[in-house]
Amino acid sequence: MDTKNSGAARPVLEGPDIARVLTRIAHEIVERAKGADDVVLLGIPTRGVFLAQRLAAKLDEITGRSTPVGSLDITMYRDDLRMHPPRALARTDIPGDGIDGRLVVLVDDVLFSGRTIRAALDALGDIGRPRAVQLAVLVDRGHRELPIRADYVGKNLPTSLRETVKVQLAEEDGRDTVLLGDKPTVPAGEQ
Amino acid sequence: MLSSPGGHPQTTGHLISAADLSRDDAVLILDTAEEMARVADRPIKKLPTLRGRTVVNLFFEDSTRTRISFEAAEKRLSADVINFTAKGSSVSKGESLKDTAQTLEAMGVDAVVIRHSASGAPFRLATSGWIDAAVINAGDGTHQHPTQALLDAFTMRRRLLGRDAGLGRDLAGRRITLVGDVLHSRVARSNVDLLHTLGADVTLVAPPTLLPVGVETWPCEVSYDLDRVLSKSDAVMMLRVQRERMNAAFFPTEREYSRRYGLDGDRMAKMPGHALVMHPGPMVRGMEITADVADSERCTAVEQVANGVSIRMAVLYLLLGGNEPAVTHTRPTAAETGRAGTAYAEDSEEK
Repeated sequence: MDTKNSGAARPVLEGPDIARVLTRIAHEIVERAKGADDVVLLGIPTRGVFLAQRLAAKLDEITGRSTPVGSLDITMYRDDLRMHPPRALARTDIPGDGIDGRLVVLVDDVLFSGRTIRAALDALGDIGRPRAVQLAVLVDRGHRELPIRADYVGKNLPTSLRETVKVQLAEEDGRDTVLLGDKPTVPAGEQ
Repeated sequence: MLSSPGGHPQTTGHLISAADLSRDDAVLILDTAEEMARVADRPIKKLPTLRGRTVVNLFFEDSTRTRISFEAAEKRLSADVINFTAKGSSVSKGESLKDTAQTLEAMGVDAVVIRHSASGAPFRLATSGWIDAAVINAGDGTHQHPTQALLDAFTMRRRLLGRDAGLGRDLAGRRITLVGDVLHSRVARSNVDLLHTLGADVTLVAPPTLLPVGVETWPCEVSYDLDRVLSKSDAVMMLRVQRERMNAAFFPTEREYSRRYGLDGDRMAKMPGHALVMHPGPMVRGMEITADVADSERCTAVEQVANGVSIRMAVLYLLLGGNEPAVTHTRPTAAETGRAGTAYAEDSEEK
């Protein structure tokens, strides 16, 4: 899976860029949430969780408080479940105080069709009733298929559907980078 | 043949015997169940995953806990549930398994959970061509009860390795002892098969009359001396003495049986401090287990019931959740088993 892009893939964000972008998003969250005292960060596995943890660390630095951070697996809520073999489940970990009445910021690596976020909103509804839900993404590559947009965007990356966007993070891949590559072939069934 | 919304053909997998599961399949089921267990802690204990799928619980033999456990699992995954019990149905009028199966097929059923007093009935149903649905064995005669073995292994892994520390791991090197009526026990057969696959060392302890012919070919040790085995066990599973399946005297008196093969407080004290006492239920207090042991902290009987729902949710999800089963022991090719393992590695562009 990793090898198919690596030939032509070129980095569009490198390690220091990613750190800077996350710092900016953290400041934006504090500003928009007027102090961010009721913020709960929920990362979407796999890489969204690492981004949420990094964001939480930056929020802690800015506010001097500890920001609750967790993960939200959306596998069981996907709308394409029946088009693939069942996927292994990832961890859903909601911070102890729950999400009722809180400002939940969903965190993901790439915003594309918006279907992941739709599934995440459905999943949230089964867990509690937040005061509001916002979305932070590292990269917005466009091509939305649903009326969904991000509140905090690390980098807007205009792409064609023939291109692939791959986020690599030190926690999972050993290094921080965002790669833009070309799809070798368009697999059948993927529009 | 059914079709999924994407137009991909639906293929079906079955869960007939614990012996059919590979080590990786079994660990995948246990890991999935660990996530399913967390749904029970939520305010809304429901997932939309099997919405629009119909599951029939086809119970030809009495069972309370297994049927309720499957029903709870099916409903938590939003499947439509139809309960069928032989009593008062057309089976009591003489309908054959084949006719019942074809009736269900005509109704468009996606999965059949079957319990039958005849060993092999689920296998017959799965391989006969009468029905396209996935078949899950909920206990057949004295043959197999795979979801029970899975929930027992799940309980052991949680207690011996820990909830999070156990993820992705098997039971390699753990010493598990099964005590009692092995002859009539599908639970014992399933457990021996699965625990062996998961790398555990299994010892059966029973009077010679309650051991089946050919037990020496099973992948386990056999002993007639409970006291000698107890001190070397990480888990001791007491099996119920199945009087309803006995038509002859297998031991002289109940008192002699419980004195030699029953678990009481004194015997439990000989077990290592971390070892657990398990029982698949229903327990016969005073026979194979005394009340003080059954009610002790170390007895996991109630926990096993709760874990049963998580395991059955995992099995239903992995068999029915996608366009093809993730557990593919009916067609075990290398390409198939590798696919489920890579499911975590999701492409960013798919989002």
